[in-house]
Amino acid sequence: MTPEPNLSRDPAHLRHGSNIGQSLTRVDGRAKVTGAARYAADNNPPGLLYAVLAVSSIARGRVVALDVDAAKAHPGVVEVMTSANRPALAADPDGKPNPFAFRFEALQNDRVRYANQPIAVVIAESLEAATEGAALLAPRYEAEAAHIGLDSDEAYVPPVVGMGYPAESYHGDVEAALAGSDRQITATYETPAHYHNAMEPHAIVAEWQDETLVIDTPTQGLVMMRGRLAELFGIPPESILIRSPYLGGGFGGKGFIAGPQILGILAAKMLGRPVKLVVRREQLYGPFGHRSPTRQTLQLGASATGQLSAIHHHARVATSRFEDFYEAAAHVTHTLYAAPALATTYDAVRMDTGTPLFVRAPGLAPGSIALESAVDEMAEACGLDPLAFRVKNYAEVEPATGKPFSSKALRECYTRGAERFGWWERPLKARTMRDKDGFLVGWGMGTATFHALMFAGQARAVIRRDGSGVVESGAHDMGQGAWTAFAQIAADSLALDLDQVTFKAGTSDLPDAGIAGGSAHTATVGTAIHNAGAAVIAKLAELATADQRSPLYGAGNAGVIARNGRLLRRDDDGRGESYADILARAGLDEIEGSGAGMPDPAANAQYAMSSHGAVFAEVKVDPDLGQVRVTRMIGAFAAGRIINPKLVNSQLIGGMIWGISLALHEEAITDRRSGRIMNANLGEYHVPVSADIPAIEAFTVPEHDPFVNPLGIKGVGEIGITGSAGAVANAVAHATGIRVRRFPVRIGDLLPARR
Amino acid sequence: MNWTVSLTVNGEPRTLALDDPRVTLLDLLRERLHLTGTKKGCDRGQCGACTVLVDGRRINSCLTLAVSLDGAEITTIEGLATGDQLHPVQEAFIAQDALQCGFCTPGQIMSAVGLINEGQAGSDPERVREGMSGNLCRCSAYVGIVEAVLDAQATLSDTTERAA
Amino acid sequence: MNRFDYVKPSTVAEAIAAASAPGATYLAAGTNLLDLMKGNVVRPARLVDITQLTELTRIETSGNGDVRIGALVRNADLAHESGFARDFPAVAEALLSGASAQLRNAATAGGNLLQRTRCAYFYDAASACNKRTPGAGCDARGGDSHQHAVLGWSEACIATNPSDFCVPLAAFDAVVEIEGVSGRREVALEALHLLPGTTPERETVLAPGEMIVAIRLPAAARAFARHARYLKVRERNSYAFAVVSAAAGLVIENGTIKQARVALGGVAARPWRARDAEALLAGRPAEPDVLQQAAEAALREAKPSGDNAHKIPLARSLIVRALQAAAQGTPSRMPALPASPFSSIPGVLHDA
Repeated sequence: MTPEPNLSRDPAHLRHGSNIGQSLTRVDGRAKVTGAARYAADNNPPGLLYAVLAVSSIARGRVVALDVDAAKAHPGVVEVMTSANRPALAADPDGKPNPFAFRFEALQNDRVRYANQPIAVVIAESLEAATEGAALLAPRYEAEAAHIGLDSDEAYVPPVVGMGYPAESYHGDVEAALAGSDRQITATYETPAHYHNAMEPHAIVAEWQDETLVIDTPTQGLVMMRGRLAELFGIPPESILIRSPYLGGGFGGKGFIAGPQILGILAAKMLGRPVKLVVRREQLYGPFGHRSPTRQTLQLGASATGQLSAIHHHARVATSRFEDFYEAAAHVTHTLYAAPALATTYDAVRMDTGTPLFVRAPGLAPGSIALESAVDEMAEACGLDPLAFRVKNYAEVEPATGKPFSSKALRECYTRGAERFGWWERPLKARTMRDKDGFLVGWGMGTATFHALMFAGQARAVIRRDGSGVVESGAHDMGQGAWTAFAQIAADSLALDLDQVTFKAGTSDLPDAGIAGGSAHTATVGTAIHNAGAAVIAKLAELATADQRSPLYGAGNAGVIARNGRLLRRDDDGRGESYADILARAGLDEIEGSGAGMPDPAANAQYAMSSHGAVFAEVKVDPDLGQVRVTRMIGAFAAGRIINPKLVNSQLIGGMIWGISLALHEEAITDRRSGRIMNANLGEYHVPVSADIPAIEAFTVPEHDPFVNPLGIKGVGEIGITGSAGAVANAVAHATGIRVRRFPVRIGDLLPARR
Repeated sequence: MNWTVSLTVNGEPRTLALDDPRVTLLDLLRERLHLTGTKKGCDRGQCGACTVLVDGRRINSCLTLAVSLDGAEITTIEGLATGDQLHPVQEAFIAQDALQCGFCTPGQIMSAVGLINEGQAGSDPERVREGMSGNLCRCSAYVGIVEAVLDAQATLSDTTERAA
Repeated sequence: MNRFDYVKPSTVAEAIAAASAPGATYLAAGTNLLDLMKGNVVRPARLVDITQLTELTRIETSGNGDVRIGALVRNADLAHESGFARDFPAVAEALLSGASAQLRNAATAGGNLLQRTRCAYFYDAASACNKRTPGAGCDARGGDSHQHAVLGWSEACIATNPSDFCVPLAAFDAVVEIEGVSGRREVALEALHLLPGTTPERETVLAPGEMIVAIRLPAAARAFARHARYLKVRERNSYAFAVVSAAAGLVIENGTIKQARVALGGVAARPWRARDAEALLAGRPAEPDVLQQAAEAALREAKPSGDNAHKIPLARSLIVRALQAAAQGTPSRMPALPASPFSSIPGVLHDA
């Protein structure tokens, strides 16, 4: 397939029919509400065996003994796979063929490098037998002392952070600016490790059909995964079919292959039968990545009137002992507030944990809560309202690069969000609002931002003889609404109604849709679909305009437009003919075009590209007991063209609730002695429940962006977290007069004695 | 040894010979009866994804031994619609976009049906929030879920009133 | 989950006989037992399924006005039984603040009394725990201990009892009816659970094979119905165990407290009845300084067992709040968020 990098901005190619922009209900809604939607673990092929992992209870050392005989003696247990007998792989799990191939554990040796690492797999005729078989292995270890915590080892400056950003970045003379500022604050904020905790545990059903490997597993990157599997198993990518029509949540946790999936495939290979391996909830806290804990120190300088002169944002982060991934927590400071001098610096420690990886709003989520807290602290030091302070320091160009923004309707978000919330009634002084029952009330806000990224993706569009369309891309629906939004774009790209277009996605044999991540999937695949549609329409137009029998003869390709399944003369839309007629006359069953979506280097060189937003939160706090409740939250966002407002609102509100969670609830608690996560379950690793969530409102403001991509799409998947976490933290500080700098805020932090 | 368990599943009487008393209702439904609409999120009663109705009451099927349920009537997400006609709770979940990834959705919907049957929440959003707090949603569709439950409850009480 | 014998007796006597074998345990709803078995925290050799013992599913009022709750009455059924909720509102509120609706629909009264601690080191089979393995040591000491006990703990164990239901039961002098091979006996609920001392593996006074068959609330507990609350501080607003909880009941006549009942949850290995506080309240008005003194008295012996010193002032404040709320009167309707501090002002719907 030939990628088409030409991101045409010719309006003639924009066939926005009536689908883009509509609040359609989810096309997969019916499947999901009836239980018919088939997730990976819902597959039960004939002859299925069950595999259950045994995982390590130490964080560092080696496995010296496993009671394989006891496990095998359990009725129904078929095999125990350990490092001693597992089939060979064609590539080393500890190899690094590319920067996004993360090292994983697939029983390559007896080493243990973090708690909950797979150390064996028990395969049985029933799930019950496999589960108990795993328990009967009773491993014995040679344990070494584990290093856990941000001070547990010597810190070093990492080579790069996040997606390859420099670990030290200076813009202007920060030290001088700080020294010369009227107001200075220095504050240190801590965020704990976070786990994705998608509701769907990682799962795989693997079957070797002769030389073909067929697997069902949730993935955010079908074709990338296929490529990695091909390397690992030494087979051509075409011999692998991955099906992932629905992900039960991804959040970054299903982007990369991990050991358990490989072990499921190996078990199927070893036994010549299909194998299902579903990772138990407690086992998810290890092999699949997590968000690094952070300790961030912010130094801000400002004039007496509240003009920022400098920000230095330093982040201490962690990575594993065997792999490099550094949470780019300080990078939010590059883009948000107009300080003439900026510095972002990092250092890191290696810990005996699984490798931290991408978690929804990587870098920005912990970075934003620290920056937004610090900005509020500075606003307070300057005696300014937090919103007034932010407006005063509004970045007209991206502070760290000086580039103009491709579009930035943040001012509109501030204005409309504040109005909707009633922000300007807010008293400046903390701990001055109470409700009628005496609970402390606080209002806080935060600025949301997320870079508008694009990866590379492809799509194929076909118009069939009956005039209907088929659009294909190996895209991923993890709840963001890909099935629906892409169908809307597909229909418009072919100028057809939604029900005349079949949209296919979710399998690895379709065109490579890249990765569903970075809030870039809709922009990337949407552009690819748009271009594929344009390509097929262009081919049709070529057929028609070259054919003397067509009413379009001689119009020239650019003289034709598509509408409602017909091509029409641009200068006389009474003259035209249907797709079906064109194909019939040409004797073709169908006509195909392909398209690609990818970032435009020229536009990226010229412009900074980000979504923005403003989030306002109200909390109530029990003055004596410290319990917190978010009672109101409003988010206004500017994210370019909105494909489906209904689904976008769900994404934004979902992100805002992650913000609440980051500020008030979630935290992985690791025992520093053992390295085990003591709350590796959904009972004690708190994510919000319904009772924590008020009637949240999110809306988007109009934003036209002619530079990000032809459709003007920015992302909405992650921005909701940013700004929101800080808004809640700031509201708590406003309610109580207590500034908590270690997240999540706990009851013990807000008791009267802490004032 | 086999244990004989008689259950009515979605209206269909079934007599099962269980070879293992450890089988939970959840694993029976998913792995043996292949009714995979009911989901396993945590297997420990901490997420609600496995919620089904047993004798009309919502429970966590992961913490229930199948062998202990002899004689019970089970309703799962697959048994909620009448032919092509969705249950009002299912309709409301689609209309309010009360779902994203959809994995917790069957449990949410069965829990909502149970909540409405219990009759404790009425039209008070706070009581709905509290009553639905046993169902986690990591996508965090809670706002839509509460709206959907309130809508469905209103639809169902209208229908009941008209029938009366 | 280990393999086990499964038996389903049809009478209490058969059940007791079956459960008296070593390694046997009763299975009711299983909401706690199956969780523990899945975590390999317990590995019983035999499950004695008592769910068919329908004689244990009744709520009855005896001639003297005592209410007898069969051990198999489901938590939700008890909380929603209108007469019961009217007469024992703090018990109903405690029940409805526990776990989730699904769990309350399944979990039984007797099972609730026997639920095990939520101490993470007890639940983690790889940690040292004197409760699981006597003499193994206690990894909660010096570990993550921010939720652990501040009263009645020992060097051997700092775990807390997680039950909500038991807290008002202790406050209102509930009695537990127990049947075993040697017949029937009764113990005060307050005496059912043991403090850890040097034998934290012994959690209750039950002998092997003994079964809780019923819980009795004395007729006299009805006297508190107009002034009774249960409040529970949580890190998440529902579906979470208590950081600290408190049950309070008052009999108020002409502005004076005639009788008081106070108990705490989440602070010790058993529901913690605060008799000193009760004695201090009797005969005095429900005024802030009096309530404060009662709270001081209740926590006089408290000391942190780890990183949990904040629980002591929190428990004091919660006692004051629960007493205030009780003094203001039981809400006419169960609050939308049962036991929430945000529902601690009676009769008010706190719509967010």
